[in-house]
Amino acid sequence: MMNLTNVFISIIIMSVITFFTRAFPFIFFRKIKPPKILLFIEKYIPPMVMVILVLYCLKDVKWTNLPYGIPELISIALVCILHTWKKNPLLSIFGGTIFYMIIIQTDLFSKILKFFG
Amino acid sequence: MINKLKSNEFRFAFITTIPVLLGYLAIGLAFGLLLSKAGYHWLLALIMSVVIYAGAGQYLAVGFFIVNASFVEIAIVTFLVNSRHMVYGLSLLQKFSQARFYKPYMIFSLTDETYALITTSNVPEDLDRVKVYFFIGLLDHFYWIMGGVIGAVLGSLINFNTKGLDFALTALFVVLLIEQFRNCKNKIPFVIAFVCGILSLVFIKSNMLIISIVASIFILILFNKVLKDDELN
Repeated sequence: MMNLTNVFISIIIMSVITFFTRAFPFIFFRKIKPPKILLFIEKYIPPMVMVILVLYCLKDVKWTNLPYGIPELISIALVCILHTWKKNPLLSIFGGTIFYMIIIQTDLFSKILKFFG
Repeated sequence: MINKLKSNEFRFAFITTIPVLLGYLAIGLAFGLLLSKAGYHWLLALIMSVVIYAGAGQYLAVGFFIVNASFVEIAIVTFLVNSRHMVYGLSLLQKFSQARFYKPYMIFSLTDETYALITTSNVPEDLDRVKVYFFIGLLDHFYWIMGGVIGAVLGSLINFNTKGLDFALTALFVVLLIEQFRNCKNKIPFVIAFVCGILSLVFIKSNMLIISIVASIFILILFNKVLKDDELN
């Protein structure tokens, strides 16, 4: 766990960088047009970052032990289904999280898998 | 009645931001809960929501605090996660050009949701656009702070089993990914990122985030020509 001094330094770093990304076009492209390669990269950074962030969230899953990451995969599938169906971010996020909390706290899939041997 | 409601900038901004009110309260609440369950005071949720004001960034921050991540990693990841904002501003240069002293705050408060509202709302002719945009940003910021503080205070008062609560972050990113997948015609970047992500997850777990994003961007540039030709069709 990070100590408070470092937490505050991190908060300053994050605020400055977040503000910089938001201010960037207003600072640099008021008069000149942005270069094409930059526009090209920026266009595809958001989709790539989202893919990687989802994978990053799964970095601590133990795929070789019971329940083999099944709770995570099923909950992600549920989020996908909910979001494709209702297109309501809140429903998808909270539906998926509550479902995951229930199956992880009851250890449902370990029990089912043990039952079937 | 409608005309009367729309008679001033603040009311119009408030009505426009009601969906974000619900969303930010809920997602801010989950952030506050996570932070307090990680062992930090609720005042920290207040400070972070006031000065950082970024959903995905603040969720990730909780993880950084828990594992004691390095400042360099925090800086790079924050930059990459928020880099989409660099594109947002490009389409608002005109709209914000008359913003006078409101401008720095309007830029600071330019989150995904605020951007969506500003670019889609039809401000009535008789209202001052700049003031409406300013109030939309201010109200959204206020909802976000409220959500974070309520979540953190609840987390410190009520003792319930929060095991699995951090899945909210995964779910948030899955939702954002689906939105990206819908809006982005070209699917090659998704494949590049997926392959890079899986490979670094298997082989270099520790700095997975930075390495896989940098690798993806590098490969994307190599694919530059292929993708551009694809766009023309």
